[in-house]
Amino acid sequence: MSKYEPDERGYWGEFGGRFVPETLVAPLDELTENYLAVRGDAEFHREFLYYLRDFAGRPTPLYFAERLTEKLGGARIFLKREDLTHTGAHKINNAIGQILLARRMGKTRIIAETGAGQHGVATATVCARFGLECVIYMGTEDIRRQELNVFRMRMLGAEVRGVDSGSRTLKDAINESLRDWVTNVSNTYYLLGSALGPHPYPLMVRDFQSVIGREAREQFLEREGSLPDVLVACVGGGSNAIGLFHAFLEDDIRMIGVEAGGSGNELGMHAARFATGGSVGILQGTKSYVLQDAAGQVAATHSISAGLDYASIGPEHAYLRSIGRVEYASASDEDAFAAFKELSATEGIIPALETAHGIAHAIKIAPELPSSSSMIVNLSGRGDKDLMSVAEYENRRSE
Amino acid sequence: MSRIASKFAELHSAGRKGFIPFVSAGDPDLETSLEIVLALAELGADIIELGVPFSDPMADGPTIQASSMRALDNGVRLEDVIEMSRQIRVRSEVPIVLFSYLNPLYQYGLERLASDAADAGIDGVLVTDAVDEEAAEIGSILRDSGLDLISLIAPTTSDERLAKIAANASGFLYAVSRAGVTGARLETSSAAEELVRRARKFTDLPVAVGFGISTREQIEEVWEYADAAVVGSAIVAEIERSIPVGNVPERVRAFVASLLPAVANAGTEN
Ligand SMILES: Cc1ncc(COP(=O)(O)O)c(C=O)c1O
Repeated sequence: MSKYEPDERGYWGEFGGRFVPETLVAPLDELTENYLAVRGDAEFHREFLYYLRDFAGRPTPLYFAERLTEKLGGARIFLKREDLTHTGAHKINNAIGQILLARRMGKTRIIAETGAGQHGVATATVCARFGLECVIYMGTEDIRRQELNVFRMRMLGAEVRGVDSGSRTLKDAINESLRDWVTNVSNTYYLLGSALGPHPYPLMVRDFQSVIGREAREQFLEREGSLPDVLVACVGGGSNAIGLFHAFLEDDIRMIGVEAGGSGNELGMHAARFATGGSVGILQGTKSYVLQDAAGQVAATHSISAGLDYASIGPEHAYLRSIGRVEYASASDEDAFAAFKELSATEGIIPALETAHGIAHAIKIAPELPSSSSMIVNLSGRGDKDLMSVAEYENRRSE
Repeated sequence: MSRIASKFAELHSAGRKGFIPFVSAGDPDLETSLEIVLALAELGADIIELGVPFSDPMADGPTIQASSMRALDNGVRLEDVIEMSRQIRVRSEVPIVLFSYLNPLYQYGLERLASDAADAGIDGVLVTDAVDEEAAEIGSILRDSGLDLISLIAPTTSDERLAKIAANASGFLYAVSRAGVTGARLETSSAAEELVRRARKFTDLPVAVGFGISTREQIEEVWEYADAAVVGSAIVAEIERSIPVGNVPERVRAFVASLLPAVANAGTEN
């Protein structure tokens, strides 16, 4: 078995596992059993690929960012255009996979958390498509800063429930989803949106997202006759990053995950679990890196982007870092803001603020790399949802 | 015999059932919280469940979430909860069970916790989010210091799991009355009775029922088929209501006495 597969209890090395109240063990067992059954099922994969292609619009292009490359004068930059999927972010890949599973399991009610609203929109979309009841939990701070996506979810027939506890962001929305699930286990499917949470979610979400890297690898090989030198992706929970990286793990390629550096290095001002002061802990069902105080209380986080504003990180990333396979860096709010504007103006592509963190790091390192080298940046989502936030940030900045 | 085991033996020979109140340690502050616990012990609480505050209590409803936050706002840490337990122990022999999420215990260090807790006179620990191998590991560390790991069972727990959990359990089993989070309800679901009946097939350990019990009628109902009733959110809600008025321990004592006149009478024995 590859060292990139978790063991049967969902551990990659010491990270992962299943840390949940007893009530959730049975539904997680049921989920694991059903997922492992479809994982090797050709009919399920045929159905999954059908919806990825005809509903979500895959494969997404691998686009050569010619003007950005010229401007930076180093490595050639390619963009994997997940922003061009239906609903505008990679989140739809996972939502399709899980909704097909939920249907097979006979579940009639779907719940999900969302931060930036992209996973909420993807979930609401597949629920509309299959006629299933849909409840989305979202922190009230995120509802405020991602208003457009709230409107989209409601238009799609989902009920959006605001979560007022904690820092009113993604972590709090996950807590509330877990509380709903534990209360309504018999008919409810929890469609978790990142490579997080108790086993089997980190494995399942990674599998469904790994289509990104499989396509990118094939597209790059076909175009260039070789493999790229560097992969870059932003990391919130870690699904778009692991989705891009997975197919390349056995290749001799440098990979970089970019966390949210926020507005400073102090606890509470960022969401850089690796780069700035996180430590091993247990949060929301999994053992990974957590931003916390010495007493094990989870810290508040901050990021300009709602989708990266989370105190923990998927366990597979903690493992890949521990074995030195993937590097992690961070980009600040200011870097992301600048990259957001740069990509818009130079390439005619407005990225999501989450994605802009990956772009920011690419902009930083490309000039240091030889022009014979190449990198793929995962363009995880489009930025329409963020225009108000960016305008707000710009105003605050000029004050 | 451990304090928990002898408590249940004593209840059994007296033909009584147990009353187990829950409070978050340090809500509204450590001093008041200590007084509340001592008042509960005096009233006849058979075991005290002390909640260790945590920032992300995913198995708790709004009442206990808010109480956990009040304690955290006061800077209450696991050290303080252990110290508070030590002070309870000076004044009362009531068994104490810590009720916690794993992360604060993990950061403290499980071996260190086991030895400090035993030293302070704590009798057991319930870890909400540890199951299977992880729970077994914690259980063996606690047992080395003479503490019980109290295990949760739920209506969704299969017979196969019940057998496994029962085989590793000590002290008592805590049966969750229904699928859901903590929080006062006006009725107990029939799932609880069914669960206790199933659990009895696999264990002779006492079984307590909790989650949602908030009235005298519910306690009496639980006492029909289980060995003890746990009351959490109803008491915590009374603490919350009392904070703006003041005199919290007295008000909580009066509330619990009204909830449990039978225990109030028996309380003088303790
Ligand atoms: C466009 C986009 N990229 C990235 C993320 C971060 O999530 P993940 O790390 O799981 O890819 C989000 C989350 O909301 C997102 O919307």
